[in-house]
Amino acid sequence: MSPAKARKQSFEASLKRLEAIVESLEQSSVSLDDATALYEEGIQLAKECAEKLKAAELKVKKLAKAMDGQFVIEGLKEE
Amino acid sequence: MEQLPLIAVEKKALTVSEITRQIKLSLEQRFPRVWVQGEISNFKRHTSGHLYFTLKDEGAQISAVMWRSRAEGLLFLPEAGTKVIARGSITVYPPRGNYQLDVEQLTPVGVGELQLAFEKLKRKLAAEGLFDEEHKKPIPEYPETIGIITSETGAALQDIRSVLARRFPAVDVLLMPVRVQGIGAAEEIAQAIVEMNRYGKVDVIIVGRGGGSLEDLWAFNEEVVARAIYGSRIPIISAVGHEIDFSISDFVADLRAPTPSAAAELVVRDRIELLELLRNNCYTMQGSLEEMLSTLRDRVQGLVSSYSFNRPKDLLRESAQRVDELERSLTMKFSHLVQILHHRHLTLRHRLEALSPRNVLRRGYAMVRKEGELVTSAGSLEEGDDATIQFHDGTVETKVQS
Repeated sequence: MSPAKARKQSFEASLKRLEAIVESLEQSSVSLDDATALYEEGIQLAKECAEKLKAAELKVKKLAKAMDGQFVIEGLKEE
Repeated sequence: MEQLPLIAVEKKALTVSEITRQIKLSLEQRFPRVWVQGEISNFKRHTSGHLYFTLKDEGAQISAVMWRSRAEGLLFLPEAGTKVIARGSITVYPPRGNYQLDVEQLTPVGVGELQLAFEKLKRKLAAEGLFDEEHKKPIPEYPETIGIITSETGAALQDIRSVLARRFPAVDVLLMPVRVQGIGAAEEIAQAIVEMNRYGKVDVIIVGRGGGSLEDLWAFNEEVVARAIYGSRIPIISAVGHEIDFSISDFVADLRAPTPSAAAELVVRDRIELLELLRNNCYTMQGSLEEMLSTLRDRVQGLVSSYSFNRPKDLLRESAQRVDELERSLTMKFSHLVQILHHRHLTLRHRLEALSPRNVLRRGYAMVRKEGELVTSAGSLEEGDDATIQFHDGTVETKVQS
């Protein structure tokens, strides 16, 4: 697993959880109370994912190295 | 007339060794790393394996030596007349009082030689297993940070940016600018790959550049780049030139993209597709809940019927009719919803919430509980049981009569 994936509630994590919820709901063994809770969580996740997809702007930064060898993230000159 | 100072007399004369030492120092410090383009002449391969030759152009020449350890890595056969770019340092050899180019790397200039070098390096790296499938790392499905190693001013960066902005803008792009052609470009690209791995917070790297001549694309055919790609912990997509251009980077990378734009297409999923996927997931959840509620409704209906056993017949008919109406209305509302979802992906959540279980109760369904437990079967109630019927706006306590 790559390091950037460690961030919590990534798009991928939300989507995987949503898919798990859909699967549990499809099995009729869930009680109505559980189903209601799962449904609500699922809708919330779908909403979060959809909002993330709506993000209008791509963020582009530059990875540079300072004199001491440390990394610095810089903005990009806009063309 | 001014009189010229007599320096030579006033200063102590240098020995030949001393002046040579000073020349050596100053030349070697001044030219620790140079690239020299010229034509090979006076080529000699010594029995020791060292190569001795002269690089020349119309106006000058310079002696050059390539030691055996470095000459062994040569990807072509140098001979008199071959135009090359030599990378190395200037060294002075005091016993002979001459200076020479100590060659570390020799690259042929000219398509024929480049093709030859390409094939040779390809065979060599293939034999070493650098292109083997088993070394290919999977490309993450949903990368959050995408590293890009290319020129800051090139078309490749612009192409990648516009594709990402269209398909999946919710990613961070981290550019490590490098020169993608010319002298030292290959070393810069290789170094950037190493640095990006050291930085680490990148899920996948795109390395590449836009189209150009074979010479323009040559940096991506250099061994140093191939080794850096092979050594990367982070998966790498190689995107060099146009569809028809194949580079050594393409073979060693975890994934080859025909162009930089195509690399951007490959690295993220299309958000339209993903919204469709989300919509389908919501649709499935909805369906599951509808089914569950429908089963419950049937049970409630059964209860209501038995409760009404001793009531006037028209009351029974009335409730049966009401259930039918509700079912029709539910079906209608639901198919209407599906239509809306089809056209409005982005507002799917709000539409679906209108059909959450609480709102289904609002449409006339009820849940029956006995001692707090949900009754899911008529058989679990007996005459005289206390039951609670839950409507959307409250509950009613009741006693089962038969």
